[in-house]
Amino acid sequence: MTDLTRLNAADLAARLASGDVSSVEATQAHLDRIAAVDGDVHAFLHVSEHALDVAADIDRRRAAGESLGELAGVPLAIKDVLVTTDMPSTSGSKILEGFLSPYDATVVARSRAAGLVPLGKTNMDEFAMGSSTEHSAYGPTHNPWDLDRIPGGSGGGSAAAVAAFEAPLALGSDTGGSIRQPAHVTGTVGMKPTYGGVSRFGAIALASSLDQVGPVSRTVLDSALLHDVIGGHDPHDATSLTDSWPSFAAAAREGAAGAGLAGLKIGVIRELPDSGFQAGVSASFRAALALLEAQGAEIVEVSAPHFEYGVAAYYLILPAEASSNLAKFDSVRFGLRVDVPGGTVEDVMAATRDAGFGEEVKRRIILGTYALSAGYYDAYYGSAQKVRTLIQRDFDAAFAQVDVIATPSAPTTAFKLGEKIDDPLQMYLNDVTTIPVNLAGVPGISIPSGLAEEDGLPVGIQFIAPARQDARLYRVGAAAEALLVDSWGGPLLDRAPLLGGNR
Amino acid sequence: MAKAALMDFDDALKLYEPVLGFEVHVELNTETKMFSPAGNPAHAANHDAAPNTLVAPVDMGLPGSLPVVNETAVRFSISLGLALGCQIAPSSRFARKNYFYPDLGKNYQISQYDEPIAFEGQIEVELTDGTVFEVPIERAHMEEDAGKLTHVGGSTGRIQGAEYSLVDYNRAGVPLVEIVTKPIFGAEHRAPELAAAYVRAIRDVVLSLGISEARMERGNLRCDANVSLRPRGQEKLGTRTETKNVNSMRSVERAVRYEIQRQAAILAAGGTITQETRHWHEDTGTTSPGRPKSDADDYRYFPEPDLLPVAPSSALVESLRAALPEPPAARRRRLKAEWGFADIDFQGIVNAGLLAEVDATVAAGAAPAAARKWWMSEISRIANAQGVEASSLVTPASVAALQQLVDAGTLTDKLARQVLEGVIAGEGTPQQVVDARGLAVVSDDGALIAAIDDALAAQPDVLEKIRDGKVQAAGAVIGAVMKAMKGQADAARVRELVLERAAQ
Repeated sequence: MTDLTRLNAADLAARLASGDVSSVEATQAHLDRIAAVDGDVHAFLHVSEHALDVAADIDRRRAAGESLGELAGVPLAIKDVLVTTDMPSTSGSKILEGFLSPYDATVVARSRAAGLVPLGKTNMDEFAMGSSTEHSAYGPTHNPWDLDRIPGGSGGGSAAAVAAFEAPLALGSDTGGSIRQPAHVTGTVGMKPTYGGVSRFGAIALASSLDQVGPVSRTVLDSALLHDVIGGHDPHDATSLTDSWPSFAAAAREGAAGAGLAGLKIGVIRELPDSGFQAGVSASFRAALALLEAQGAEIVEVSAPHFEYGVAAYYLILPAEASSNLAKFDSVRFGLRVDVPGGTVEDVMAATRDAGFGEEVKRRIILGTYALSAGYYDAYYGSAQKVRTLIQRDFDAAFAQVDVIATPSAPTTAFKLGEKIDDPLQMYLNDVTTIPVNLAGVPGISIPSGLAEEDGLPVGIQFIAPARQDARLYRVGAAAEALLVDSWGGPLLDRAPLLGGNR
Repeated sequence: MAKAALMDFDDALKLYEPVLGFEVHVELNTETKMFSPAGNPAHAANHDAAPNTLVAPVDMGLPGSLPVVNETAVRFSISLGLALGCQIAPSSRFARKNYFYPDLGKNYQISQYDEPIAFEGQIEVELTDGTVFEVPIERAHMEEDAGKLTHVGGSTGRIQGAEYSLVDYNRAGVPLVEIVTKPIFGAEHRAPELAAAYVRAIRDVVLSLGISEARMERGNLRCDANVSLRPRGQEKLGTRTETKNVNSMRSVERAVRYEIQRQAAILAAGGTITQETRHWHEDTGTTSPGRPKSDADDYRYFPEPDLLPVAPSSALVESLRAALPEPPAARRRRLKAEWGFADIDFQGIVNAGLLAEVDATVAAGAAPAAARKWWMSEISRIANAQGVEASSLVTPASVAALQQLVDAGTLTDKLARQVLEGVIAGEGTPQQVVDARGLAVVSDDGALIAAIDDALAAQPDVLEKIRDGKVQAAGAVIGAVMKAMKGQADAARVRELVLERAAQ
């Protein structure tokens, strides 16, 4: 029998549907893989005790002739930012250690309803603040390509789980790049949907106006299949769009079949400086563009003059919203409580927050509190919102000329654990190309574009589309993926270390 | 706490002009909360809910929870804004007001800050003598209530000195509309009276719209009263105090009077007023300092990113405007004319807060005078004795039915009062009480004549006296008959029958 963990979700789903493989077998294979490699990778904070029961139930239902969703029986890793009733949800923080939610996040509920089998909860930077998972209160995740390197963040756990074949699919969340930058450094696919395209209900909020839940996988089609399951209007989220969406899987299949590249106008941003980018990242990006151009795509230079202010605006808006969103962690109703003998409720709140939050969380709460303070609001939060509007206009103007915009997904390949932990500004600059996408609320996808020549580590290319044009990204992404995989002679992840077993 | 010095009220008014301002919070009686699907304790169906049983994730501030605006609450708020003569914002936003307090699950309150749904209105406020005062409304905005804290241990019932505190999140997220007036000038010595009348006027509007139960004792309607004084002839406004959560109209009146007297004494002695919130003490009739309120309060307001702007269509606003009930002040003018009551009689009904009851009783078929008489005398008397609201004792329909029995001669006034007691005691409709207690007037002459015969047998000289012209002698027989009939006889008819007998 082939190793079930090496199958893409779509292929595994086909074998499950044909009865060739049972969900119990597939789930067990992934649990075995987790047992074998997660000691090194540390992608998971919690592995489900119910996965095999859920899988057995899917097998029973399938045997009984029940009509099941396309992904029924396929295992799924869930980022710990999403609340679940059967597993703890900590968002990578000590302040929520052991917290059990009385309700499931909408995306989790929809995944369960579609028959996906939750394998466990994945590691992340605390409250999704970070680009390396080093800010997790439960220790960092390691990049399967090189265990001494970061897997990206905040969703390094989900990306590493998928890259290390511990799960074929994962759910992530992306506030400034937390799905796409980990995809970039782990050679996987990550999609940040249009803001409002996927429900945020049950996603522990970082910055409400930027957060978006999305899929993580090894292929574009797999992300599209999962997006089809989790997307669409949710009455529990007031910012959820009421649009009816086309099938993203169908779009990906069209793209993989070669549709969509001829005549496609791909914008490249003039103002993105070459200087900030690692040579191998730039080279991989240009090579990928050349491949697309050879297939009839047209590369068009577009101007986005306010892109460069994105990071600065982001680091005012995000901390401001986060400082308010994280106020609820006060020990009164749930989570950690640090008792202060003889103290007031304020003393208990302060001691709990002091003990329960990590340094990066405290840094951003302080930044955000300051940015919202009377007398500073206009200069900081107000100005940042204006920059946000300008960036949205940049995108509008660019999309008047091109169908999609392409950028490198991040400036460098995976850096070493510990390398930037003491330099928050360097860490923040990791998200220079992903952040404007969140600020504008448009969709963005990162797919592997190759390996950087100088270090042999994965590089991703990001495609960005106008709001609501998520299907276009799956079409273009799948087309580019097919070309690239062809050019490599097989999936990029085939070149990653095997991990586990004989070391 | 040292007792504050007070200046005589009339003396205070000679030296200073009082300027008022009010913030009234109205709890809407929607079925569910402002931002969650949990039941609303301000709705009649949920009055008896046990603590922490009306909660959804967002009311507890659970991780991942999100607010969703209650559209009924928005419609109620628009109707209230329109009834207050306000403009309705085509688009308004919610904001977060950030502060840590254990009754606030999220540690921020979702409220409208710089973009209220309704603004620039006015309300006619009628004083007890019928004078109409127009109070300018600055804004009416939507927000959510906080939970309720109960401090256990310690002597004061306040958080200071308490051993521990209990939190009930049922009230967290109850839809509120906060109505804020502009500064109110010119009330002068009637300022305390205007304060109570203003709250009553808001209550009337809210009740006429049916958007709140508006029971002050339950906290459905809560008033914060702002008072400042300025020396006669001075342009600049004085420093104000804000007396919080005064929960009866009488208390609002007393609190304003007290603050005028207290502030006047301080100012006259050369002191300055501290800008602060103050607590009203019902038992002593005084206020005491709360927390200092200054411009340094920093709630770090910012637009609520979890919610879209509230953008009611003009079609919705116009349909709500078309559906507005008659304004209470206009209604009073109309009813007074229709009923033809003297000023004093009509104002008595208004001041007793029984206009709606009398109107409904008239609508149910009773004559205006009769309806007024029932509510203002017998029912009010019983309500006073029981310490409850007259309106809670009996329905206008029952009162009208009772009066119809009197009009039909089935009941005498005295019997009708007994029937009313039965109705109030829960024995059923007036007719059911009549039947069950056997209280109808005996209109059968045969039964009356038999009773008269018995009485005459006991007092054989009565007929002789009547024939001798001493008609008042009939009274003894009438009394005996009434007694024998247990009051269920029409005394006038008995008298007729006795006189007929004497004439035979």
